[in-house]
Amino acid sequence: MDFLNAIVLISNYVLIPSLVYGSQLALGALGVTIVFGIMRFANFAHGEMMSFATVCTIFITWWFQSLGLTAGIIPTALLALPFGILITSLLVWGTERSIFSYYRQRKSKPVIFVIASVGVMFMLNGIVRLFIGTDEIIFMDGLKFIIKAGEFKKWSGLKEGLSLKQTQVLTVLLAIIAVAWVFWFLQKTKMGKAMRAFSDNEDLALLSGINPEKVVQATWFISAVLITLAGVLYGLDKSYKPLVYFHLLLPIFAAAIVGGIGQPIGAILGGYIVAFSEVTATYAFKKFLRYLGPEGWSPDSLVQFLSTEYKFAVSFLILVLVLLIRPTGLFKGRVL
Amino acid sequence: MSYLLGENLIGGYGTGDILKGCTISAAQREISVVVGPNGAGKSTAMKAMLGMLKVLKGRVTLAGQDITNISPQQRVQLGMAFVPQTNNVFSSMTVEENLELGAYVRTDDYSDTMGQVYELFPVLKEKRLQPAGELSGGQRQQVAVGRALMMKPSVLMLDEPTAGVSPIVMDELFDRIIEVKKTGIAILIVEQNARQALAIADKGFVLVTGQNRFTDSGQVLLANKEVRRTFLGG
Amino acid sequence: MSNSHRAVISFAIMALLLGMVGTIQSWNVSLAILNLCLISAIMSLGLNIQWGYAGLFNAGVMASTALGGLAAVLVSHSPVGKAWAAGGLDTGLAPMTLVLTVLGAWWIRRKVPEGYLRKVMFLMWLLCGYALLRYFYEQASLNIEAVDPAQTGFLGGLGLPILISWIVGGIAAAGLAWVVGRVALGLRSDYFAIATLGISEIMISILKNEDWLTRGVKNVTGLERPVPYEVDLQQSQWFMDLVIRLHSVDPNQIRQEALQEMVISASGVFVKLCYSGLFLIVLLIILGLAALALNSPWGRMMRAIRDNEVAAAAMGKDVTNRHRQVFILGSAVIGVAGAMLTTLDGQFTPGTYIPLRFTFLIWVMVIIGGSGNNLGAVLGAFITWFTWIEAEPVALWAVENLNSLLSEENPLRQHFIDVAPHLRMVIMGLILILVLRFRPEGILPERNINSK
Repeated sequence: MDFLNAIVLISNYVLIPSLVYGSQLALGALGVTIVFGIMRFANFAHGEMMSFATVCTIFITWWFQSLGLTAGIIPTALLALPFGILITSLLVWGTERSIFSYYRQRKSKPVIFVIASVGVMFMLNGIVRLFIGTDEIIFMDGLKFIIKAGEFKKWSGLKEGLSLKQTQVLTVLLAIIAVAWVFWFLQKTKMGKAMRAFSDNEDLALLSGINPEKVVQATWFISAVLITLAGVLYGLDKSYKPLVYFHLLLPIFAAAIVGGIGQPIGAILGGYIVAFSEVTATYAFKKFLRYLGPEGWSPDSLVQFLSTEYKFAVSFLILVLVLLIRPTGLFKGRVL
Repeated sequence: MSYLLGENLIGGYGTGDILKGCTISAAQREISVVVGPNGAGKSTAMKAMLGMLKVLKGRVTLAGQDITNISPQQRVQLGMAFVPQTNNVFSSMTVEENLELGAYVRTDDYSDTMGQVYELFPVLKEKRLQPAGELSGGQRQQVAVGRALMMKPSVLMLDEPTAGVSPIVMDELFDRIIEVKKTGIAILIVEQNARQALAIADKGFVLVTGQNRFTDSGQVLLANKEVRRTFLGG
Repeated sequence: MSNSHRAVISFAIMALLLGMVGTIQSWNVSLAILNLCLISAIMSLGLNIQWGYAGLFNAGVMASTALGGLAAVLVSHSPVGKAWAAGGLDTGLAPMTLVLTVLGAWWIRRKVPEGYLRKVMFLMWLLCGYALLRYFYEQASLNIEAVDPAQTGFLGGLGLPILISWIVGGIAAAGLAWVVGRVALGLRSDYFAIATLGISEIMISILKNEDWLTRGVKNVTGLERPVPYEVDLQQSQWFMDLVIRLHSVDPNQIRQEALQEMVISASGVFVKLCYSGLFLIVLLIILGLAALALNSPWGRMMRAIRDNEVAAAAMGKDVTNRHRQVFILGSAVIGVAGAMLTTLDGQFTPGTYIPLRFTFLIWVMVIIGGSGNNLGAVLGAFITWFTWIEAEPVALWAVENLNSLLSEENPLRQHFIDVAPHLRMVIMGLILILVLRFRPEGILPERNINSK
């Protein structure tokens, strides 16, 4: 019985949350890594782009709600999602046309792209706040819990409850679909193969008659889809707050680098590694150990590796470790 | 009649011309080989014909059409295939994907061509699901040539295809290139291994400091005493 | 137009703008902007040393700034005896465990032959050390933080004059840069940027959460000043006389309240001028040293490395080592500025350190001013900070005017007023993008010393 309690406890507080958070990071990191693979720069505006995409989706959600257009138990935001993707694609394509394409034509150093993306980051940061302010926004509607902790306790007779939010299930489900779609696209379609070829060997890709403009266009579109999905799912699951989205950039970068930047599989694995480490390192295992240990025994301290405030620091500790031990990441990344 | 012709080419990088008026040509069903000492401008000449280097004077024609001022990409569309000396495969992608990418500009069904390439290089068929980066040097060259052939080019240009491969592999590769020639393609090769390359050449060009020193058939050049003494080591 | 002409004209315009703010808004506002311009100038000089001399993309400027700020606290705040007593033995044991753990780990790496055994020993040692450290540390920090939490709840500092912290801040930032350099230098530029950004975030979360050291988000306020306090000035006779003389009024004819107002305003201006003087001295010293360094053989070598790393390495220059020197130097300069900033504020507020303001804004300064040109970095700092501050009143003014089109009850009206400050982010981004596109060398381009 205690063993079951321990399992439920750890699932409820560690496994499920980190699986969900990991899926969100994986989507973000996949976007960063694909842009990096093709355009060879780390897009510092990625977090703000996610923020922008989420804000667009929120506005459309509100509009739908005001029209009385909802999807029953499913969040209205999912109806708004395609429109969010559309607007984000336009934004991303706009930055490409007006800013990045110029430097690509001039074959500027990667660092110039990075500085330009910092400029984009500033602008989006301001624009987003101009429209929606700085407050926390909860835009989730529909059914909140699929499994409620109380009901679970009653049903199972365990001391520990297990709760499962709809957003958690949605996140994992949509992440799987999105990742499967991206991989199918990269592996099976002509454009996907062209993108991989371009990322692998740009000169040879040009010699094979691959049009770089088309490749770049497809890349930004995929990244816009991933950006919107990651942003909206994170916002649905937790809440939307502009500053939080800026900070998301850090674990996302960490995930991309840990997995090996430019490597789609690595980005996904990296996302889960970062999420699991963050949650595990800051979880107090006292109760868990009490269930597993002998009757009546309890650890003295919280058995917590790091206090919860250091959640974000964990991702960077991992990053630093990876940079020290295996700088190319788990799956051999592109550069260095 | 030369199918691909670079006439009186003058050009180079930055200051100082590397090419000083050399002329190079390739005809269909023939192999043209460009040899010469280091720094003679062999690879530069090939790049000029491909449009990767701006020529200041002279002109390049393909099947009589002047292509001096069009981009490398457009030349590829016109049927000029190029195999660079290094980094000439997509190393993270499988052999088959490499071949598919060779046919990227084609809109028709290319499975026939792929069959022909596999026939020409049977080992590639065996390893078609392996990443090209995991193959041996000689096999990678085969992938590179195969990739170039996939677009059904009218001209195949090879930049030192035998650099860094063993003599046995080199002989095999040259055999295959002769096979390719028989399909009617014009082939232009830049080579360091001058003796072996001239042996299969229908036409040979000996470049020195960006100019033609000798131009003749491969056999004649091999027999020429001065060529042998200066360029073939006796 | 030559560079020096352009510099003179640009700085003259800046002076004019500050003067306008002085007359239209108030001299207190104008001098407040000037002081932060001066501090920003030092920060951007530091970053310019890293980026302009060596091409290092340091996205962790904020870490040096915050560390400088911490130095100001630890140097100037009086020690909290009670907290030291409360921490007791554990206060000493925690750092000792840390030192022993590190030394032991180092010893294992050194002495035990490489292999499976070493890995296991190394890991076990670190884990045990960490567990022990965490035990002592938790005890100590809990005890310390329990001491009068509303007032202190931390160990306090050394109680020394705060000016010393400017140097200490520089040294501390240099130390951190040394460690960061060991980890991150030698990585490709954008990896380096990400790594430094991450380390700076870790740094800030430490400052925010280690209450026993920094009071965390409870902030440390009321730091000692290197300049007189306004209240003291307002009560001293000599200052009153000075104000009367400067305004050339007759003390007997003017109303008491009016005089009081003059004195209050003048005391603010006087204090700010004192700060300006101090900051200007530091800025000039650093500017002078930087100019000397840039024109020395060392500076020429640095630029040679920046322009062609491969060639420089081929000529036998130790590129990573040189980069480390530059990174440490630049960070030290930023650390000095960080300590100065905390000194000016009179308080240390870890929660206010955000990368946009303390890292990327400094980047905007350097890029606008002219990468590699020290005077350009200073000018960039002035322009950027001025825009940063004045964008808000200007935006508000614009919004007010636009709002006259909207009715009073319109909710959009209030919304626009609320969000007007964010316009400065957009303006900054736009300036950065435009400069990078149309004048990538900045307003004052780097002089090419080599081609002379």
